[in-house]
Amino acid sequence: VENVRLLDRLSSRKAALGTLYLTATHVIFVENGSETRKETWVLHSQISSIEKQATTATGCPLLIRCKNFQVIQLIIPQERDCHDIYISLIRLARPVKYEELYCFSFNPKLDKEEREQGWKLVNLTEEYNRMGVPNNYWQICDVNRDYGVCDSYPTEVYVPKSATAHIIVGSSKFRSRRRFPALSYYCKDNNASICRSSQPLSGFSARCLEDEQMLQAIRKANPGSDFIYVVDTRPKLNAMANRAAGKGYENEDNYSNIKFQFIGIENIHVMRNSLQKMLEVCELKSPSMSDFLWGLENSGWLKHIKAIMDAGIFIAKAVAEEGVSVLVHCSDGWDRTAQVCSVASLLLDPYYRTMKGFMVLIEKDWVSFGHKFNHRYGNLDGDPKEISPVIDQFIECVWQLMEQSPCAFEFNERFLIHIQHHIYSCQFGNFLCNSQKERRELKIQERTYSLWAQLWKNRADYLNPLYRSDHSQTQGTLYPQIAPCNFLYKFWSGMYNRFEKGLHPRQSVTDYLMAVKEETQQLEEELEVLGERLANLQKSQSGDNKVKSKQQDQSKHFRLSTSNNSLANTPQDYSNDLKSFPSRSPSQGDEEDSALILTQDNLKSSDPDLSANSDQESGVEDLSCRSPSGGGCLPSEDSGKDSDEAVFLAG
Amino acid sequence: DEWRLSCINRDFSVCHSYPPVVIVPKSVNDEELRKVALFRHGNRFPVLSYYHRKNGMIMMRSSQPLTGTNGRRCKEDEKLINATLRPGKRGYIIDTRSLNVAQQARAKGGGFEQEVHYPQWRRIHKGIERFNILQESLIKLVEACNDQSHNMDRWLSKLEASNWLTHVKEILTTACLAAQCIDREGASVLVHGTEGTDSTLQVTSLAQIILDPRCRTIRGFESLVVREWLQAGHPFQQRCAQSAYSNSKQKWEAPVFLLFLDCVWQILRQFPCSFEFNENFLILLFEHAYASQFGTFLGNNENERAKLKLPQKTMSLWSWVNGTEEINRFLNPIYEANSLVIWPAVAPQSLQLWAGVFLRWNRPSKYLDEAQEEMVRIINYNKELQAKVKVLRRHLAELEAGGRMQENP
Repeated sequence: VENVRLLDRLSSRKAALGTLYLTATHVIFVENGSETRKETWVLHSQISSIEKQATTATGCPLLIRCKNFQVIQLIIPQERDCHDIYISLIRLARPVKYEELYCFSFNPKLDKEEREQGWKLVNLTEEYNRMGVPNNYWQICDVNRDYGVCDSYPTEVYVPKSATAHIIVGSSKFRSRRRFPALSYYCKDNNASICRSSQPLSGFSARCLEDEQMLQAIRKANPGSDFIYVVDTRPKLNAMANRAAGKGYENEDNYSNIKFQFIGIENIHVMRNSLQKMLEVCELKSPSMSDFLWGLENSGWLKHIKAIMDAGIFIAKAVAEEGVSVLVHCSDGWDRTAQVCSVASLLLDPYYRTMKGFMVLIEKDWVSFGHKFNHRYGNLDGDPKEISPVIDQFIECVWQLMEQSPCAFEFNERFLIHIQHHIYSCQFGNFLCNSQKERRELKIQERTYSLWAQLWKNRADYLNPLYRSDHSQTQGTLYPQIAPCNFLYKFWSGMYNRFEKGLHPRQSVTDYLMAVKEETQQLEEELEVLGERLANLQKSQSGDNKVKSKQQDQSKHFRLSTSNNSLANTPQDYSNDLKSFPSRSPSQGDEEDSALILTQDNLKSSDPDLSANSDQESGVEDLSCRSPSGGGCLPSEDSGKDSDEAVFLAG
Repeated sequence: DEWRLSCINRDFSVCHSYPPVVIVPKSVNDEELRKVALFRHGNRFPVLSYYHRKNGMIMMRSSQPLTGTNGRRCKEDEKLINATLRPGKRGYIIDTRSLNVAQQARAKGGGFEQEVHYPQWRRIHKGIERFNILQESLIKLVEACNDQSHNMDRWLSKLEASNWLTHVKEILTTACLAAQCIDREGASVLVHGTEGTDSTLQVTSLAQIILDPRCRTIRGFESLVVREWLQAGHPFQQRCAQSAYSNSKQKWEAPVFLLFLDCVWQILRQFPCSFEFNENFLILLFEHAYASQFGTFLGNNENERAKLKLPQKTMSLWSWVNGTEEINRFLNPIYEANSLVIWPAVAPQSLQLWAGVFLRWNRPSKYLDEAQEEMVRIINYNKELQAKVKVLRRHLAELEAGGRMQENP
């Protein structure tokens, strides 16, 4: 469809005219602009909602909200076209079969072997070995070999050695969806462990001997402690209500030596609404500070984030400081339980704060233990009430931790944002389906590619320059602020206003330091070469003249420029008053810059990884502006990009 | 060529809150200046605050004109203001008060420029709050930051209720507007509020940080504070007496300077590589504005400082800061001179609470300090290697040259 206008949310006067294409996998908007032909690509699977608004004189507005928090406003001249697009997108955004998803057609041009290698990058058996199991207390159990006991669990599950198959099966029958207690994390230093399960089917009075024996076995697997914590991550009221349905929570009297604890994390419906409310705040056009803060508070989002963190901190402390094992559950044990177990593991074990370890952590606590990716993130058309930002919240918890301890993580914010993006993109097979069983049936590994291999390949982009493996923050347990320090939790504009570049800091410390480190590495290499040459020269000083290696090309020094100049030089609408001033000169560069805000760098990158969003790489691109001469002057781009500023320099 | 230094205020007789020497248009003589002074609140006649070299546009500041309810005029004032515009150019008068407040000021003898009398100028009103409103905002904010007992919701609502970030946003927006008029619209600007000693200075000094890269260096920032705050007569003694924990209501107390520093921090956060100094430098200035062993921030204006003989009796903060040992603490390791105009974002999502000041005593800073150290380490290591490579290269070149010399004697 031609003559479509793409509106800029930040300022209504800037709109790009272009052509809209619908393909089998993407919505593509190509700007008419002569040279650059900026393109905006949106994967169908990213589309969260499409809204057709009332037709106006200029055309028919179409609002597309994406799961990665991009919001696209289009104005389509013909009402009929708009309707057709609307209908097509509704169909395309909600596929009914897995085979329709992008990952089945996505081909990064890797051969079979490379694909298999990619899937082998994260290996959970290795991971359990790394933790120190199997050992004298824990063993792998094969009761779920054919998903016979629990179809949402993996085949390989670790349980206490003293838990016989009879106990496991018995316990599974007493647990929602038969999700019996299984090992999530084992701390080799003190034998304390984190186990996970679903709620017991206790109702008001029911008991199950095997389940009681199961918990006893978990306690015995940690000989240093005479009790275990049972953490129910639900609000007490919710758990009590469940009793009426024959479910509920453990009665301390029936289990020997457990300490029972509620930690009130709200359910998926509350979280869905909370996110919805927060996104409405993010979408406000020029909100006042009060509108924003009030809306943020009213959404309750940060309160929920804090609740999850608090639960993780409680468990990490129990394991690290008290040496007590913990059993975590919620209702089904696949949402809040996954959040809390993974936050706790992240705090306890520095390995999970590395890039590879973080991949492993998501595979372990989320993918393998049957977090329902398909239902929660709406990959296939399904019940909208099943959708909820569960893993988004976990990812945000990690970001909040990164903000509080900047040296503790090997990866940077970009890494988190890309993972979030791909949880929804369905471009890679990792997060398809609701369980390992379903993925195996679909032969995901033979038919799709693994995200982890892709991220690993580009790992240089995801490094945190402040990370050092021998730094104190990368050793042992990470203690976030444990006192009730609410004000440490901040709104994450890098995620929720991700596509509004105009709102973000214009210079990135991370990118700057990454460039410095890269330069440092080159210097180290050069130093070595120079040293060798010097030694040779000194040796052959007396007679021969053979040392004439002219290597002046060494000066690969590059100047660093992290400022996103094109953006930095665009003032925003600071006042509406200015518009009315008759003699307003059309400020130069304004139009050119404006479009960047939404779709910057969407010039269809050769890397198909982030179809719509190669913008994340833009920072790196900025850094690549190195002047080969290594002159100590200002980055030449500055003066080149904006003739205005060149005058300023000369003046 | 269009401006001159005037010593009219040599003995502080024309305007007691101005410095002895000011910059005024060449075409206006001292006699006319005296008349203009009588037409402006506190005799603060319009003076040059900033000259934008890039396009020759200028920023002036003053206090409100004393138009009163019957619309008094002063032809010297009109002459002065118009004399600053080049032929065919327009200017903006940025009144830091809302139209309503400015209108009310007429009843007390104050007021604003009528556009009919200043035809080449367009007036824009912006509502920057004053005095006790700012002071109450600070007290509420500090109270909220100190109360660790409340939950997330209460914290956010208290932060909101303090309105502190609203003030930050308003001041920054007005400063950006002034900068935009100058740099983008190619227009000159006159800024004033009521007295021209508070919100006016916030706006003119922030606009210079946005426009002028020199203000983002340590020395440049120091001289900005000297020019636009100390010499311009911001009454530090009245404004910075008690800070947030005062029981007695001080009429003149207001965190005007702190708000300015907060705004600078917001810009620094958005352009972390463009400032030669770091957050510690801003915190230092905040502390010394309220309590200091140096004489720099004492008194309300140059006049008082001269009478107290402060330059003779006390040490200057600047000479201490600029001492080589101290200055390292205030250097930004990742500074890279940026000659451009820097436009900060002013959306609520882009502004944050200045934790370095307000949460300084209630947050653990160990991890953050370590991050800072790590950053310095990375940069220093890089510099060290650069130096080594340079030495080796020279050494090598010398040896090679020597080798050649031996070859062909």
